[in-house]
Amino acid sequence: MGQKLLLKNIDVPGIRYFKTYFENGGYANAAKALKMTPDEILEEVKTSGLRGRGGAGFPTGMKWSFLAKPEGVPRHLVVNADESEPGTFKDRFLMEYIPHLLIEGVLISSYCLGSNTSYIYIRGEYAWVAEILEEAIAEAREAGWLGQNIQGSGFDLEIYVQRGGGAYICGEETALLESLEGKRGNPRLKPPFPAVKGLWGRPTVVNNVETISAVVPIIEIGGKAYSERGVGRSTGTKLISACGNINKPGVYEIDFDLSVEEFIYSEEYCGGIANGKRLKACIPGGSSVPIVPANLLLTTSDGSPRLMNYESLSEGGFQTGTMLGSGGFIVLDEDQDIVYHTYTLARFYRHESCGQCSPCREGTGWMEKILKRIHEGKGKMSDIELLWDVQRKIEGNTICPLGDAAAWPVAAAIRHFRDEFEWHINNPEECLVRNYGLADYAKPREIIQTTN
Amino acid sequence: MAEETPLFKVTIDNQTVEVPAGTTILQAARMIGKEVAPPAMCYYGKLENTGGNCRTCLVEVSKGSDADPRPMPKLVPSCRTTVMDGMVVGNKTSERVVEARKGIVELLLINHPLDCPVCDQAGECKLQDLSYEHGAEATRYEFDRRTFPKEDLGPNIQLNMNRCILCYRCVKTADQITGCREHGVMNRGDHAEISTHIHKALDSEFIGNIIDVCPVGALTDKTFRFKNRVWFLKPVDAHRDCPTCSGKAQIWFRGNEVFRVTARKNEWNEVEDWICNTCRFEKKDINDWTLEKPADVSKTSVIRQGHYTANTVKPEETFPKVIKRDPKILLDIHQVSEVNEPDRDISKIQGPATSLDYKKD
Repeated sequence: MGQKLLLKNIDVPGIRYFKTYFENGGYANAAKALKMTPDEILEEVKTSGLRGRGGAGFPTGMKWSFLAKPEGVPRHLVVNADESEPGTFKDRFLMEYIPHLLIEGVLISSYCLGSNTSYIYIRGEYAWVAEILEEAIAEAREAGWLGQNIQGSGFDLEIYVQRGGGAYICGEETALLESLEGKRGNPRLKPPFPAVKGLWGRPTVVNNVETISAVVPIIEIGGKAYSERGVGRSTGTKLISACGNINKPGVYEIDFDLSVEEFIYSEEYCGGIANGKRLKACIPGGSSVPIVPANLLLTTSDGSPRLMNYESLSEGGFQTGTMLGSGGFIVLDEDQDIVYHTYTLARFYRHESCGQCSPCREGTGWMEKILKRIHEGKGKMSDIELLWDVQRKIEGNTICPLGDAAAWPVAAAIRHFRDEFEWHINNPEECLVRNYGLADYAKPREIIQTTN
Repeated sequence: MAEETPLFKVTIDNQTVEVPAGTTILQAARMIGKEVAPPAMCYYGKLENTGGNCRTCLVEVSKGSDADPRPMPKLVPSCRTTVMDGMVVGNKTSERVVEARKGIVELLLINHPLDCPVCDQAGECKLQDLSYEHGAEATRYEFDRRTFPKEDLGPNIQLNMNRCILCYRCVKTADQITGCREHGVMNRGDHAEISTHIHKALDSEFIGNIIDVCPVGALTDKTFRFKNRVWFLKPVDAHRDCPTCSGKAQIWFRGNEVFRVTARKNEWNEVEDWICNTCRFEKKDINDWTLEKPADVSKTSVIRQGHYTANTVKPEETFPKVIKRDPKILLDIHQVSEVNEPDRDISKIQGPATSLDYKKD
């Protein structure tokens, strides 16, 4: 494993504050960037191969190069800090413990994009993190790294922290822009894309917190050196927030050549499955990506170890693979009830659907009700086919990806754990969900044999 | 001299048409004709930024353009997707579209009751048409539907949220023609509902138009509710000298009695000219209006039913013949409509009933 890029100073006491951050080399890369031309910075980002860390994995440099640059029209950078995907908490970690890294990244990125007013749209529930950011912004302004004529460069920048109302959908970039404009957070139809018509109709780039933070080490070590870390089109490093039935939940910075098996079982990362249980399944990229059973998680279709990167995790498509997504790594042990987990996710997506388009509004509610019925031991065998059919009606037919995010977990759960759904339907009296929260919930079950 | 807009060639269901750049697939299909035009529950040509919500107009683009012939991976909303030169689109000829549309109709009908016998939109309901043309014969939904209390939106408009399909047409109409934010959508997901802010009345002079844009029976005209059925009425284009609006409207009368006034609509059932509340709700005397001509009504519309009575032969009643007795009445309209009085039996009224038949002796 190489040197950490994002979290290299995370153990320095007081790194949250400007003084310590500055003394440890903070803002040196901003100073370096301000001496470069915007085109040079863009070239470095393109060379680095940095892909968006919010979940979609779109090449950042390419996204930036799409930004329309009409004369006299302001442009904006919006940082998507609306981290609401269940299982994902890496951005919170970055903002909470090393906020100046993000501010420095915003400064460099805004200079590159020609944005004099940039925004950090932060999830409403992260109230204390918003305060940390505001404090850090005030420190940076006081030290001359924000405001007018930053460090004599002639570049002006103001950063505003905008708190969201706590709606998951506001993490979708166009819904985020609507919310930022003070409207109901409904996604917009694309095209036009934000790069052409974004915030208040102006060209806008929306990037995730981790993506913008990663611009700092790119300037530090150079785009080429950054691209050499990683495998194939997965370059640099990635933050993974690991949780679930593991011994060491937390946020880890990994290299893309790390195997999934090593990530789960090594002491350096997750430290193995909690209580000596066996691994049953994993959702490796936040709750919206397909769940994958242990045997498919650890190896690819040709039998080689599956790696923690974009290509390897998605190898095999939805049939055998999954996605890196936002890096919310949720591990389930052998005692976990897939039907219950799928129902929980369906309930979440039903609650968070904005209700703008019909398939998502009506379909997510329908899926939740069917799953609830199965979960409560009142399901019918035909419910499985019905559930499969309803998720197909939603997938790909909605305005924004929330419909897909709601459909994929259901589809993957049925595809990989159909026997468990059938067991729930055939054994309503023994259904584990009746015992959920009680001591014998953890009782190992013999019937389901899905672990490796 | 203005530059000429280039023409793009687009093929929809094997029929090709040339349209100006910037035209949407839906508009291009409408130029070809009704047989290839996708249905639209939320798109409304008179309004800006409508469409994209209901997803009933999804189509398959099997060829993006001559320059980039790759197909689009997902179905696209035809109301918001502009054509490219050489684009090939599948609507009714696409199996994916037919399947998706059927699914969307099923989803739309989850929370829309099929209470056509008591709904004032019966005969004019676009969801009814859609479900006949694209839906399944039965629903697989077995859970409780969402329900809401009826809500008065001002003195003349009643909202029956149970029937609403959240098409946003009324919200956009109110936003765009009244010059202020009158009402909107509250809550999220399948809890979302149309309402005013803390049950505030809608009192704009043009707010009555939200009734016309509603594709289902969610917004109804309180001056017309339960007064009559549209297929008993005759729509006539008429005008009056109105200081507020163009005064061009459609009046619906039976005998000499005007039952309701609506805006005139085009062949796509979209309003041609917004009309004011005075024309719509208050001018119910035939002497207020100058009649022009019978309104154009589609041959297949139920509104045409009953307009031509000469030389018609009443069909034989088959129920008694088959079941050997008269059918049992399962629904008593007097109990449901809240308007028809129990002692007024419509079937016993000789000839067409008017409001005079319901007046107290």
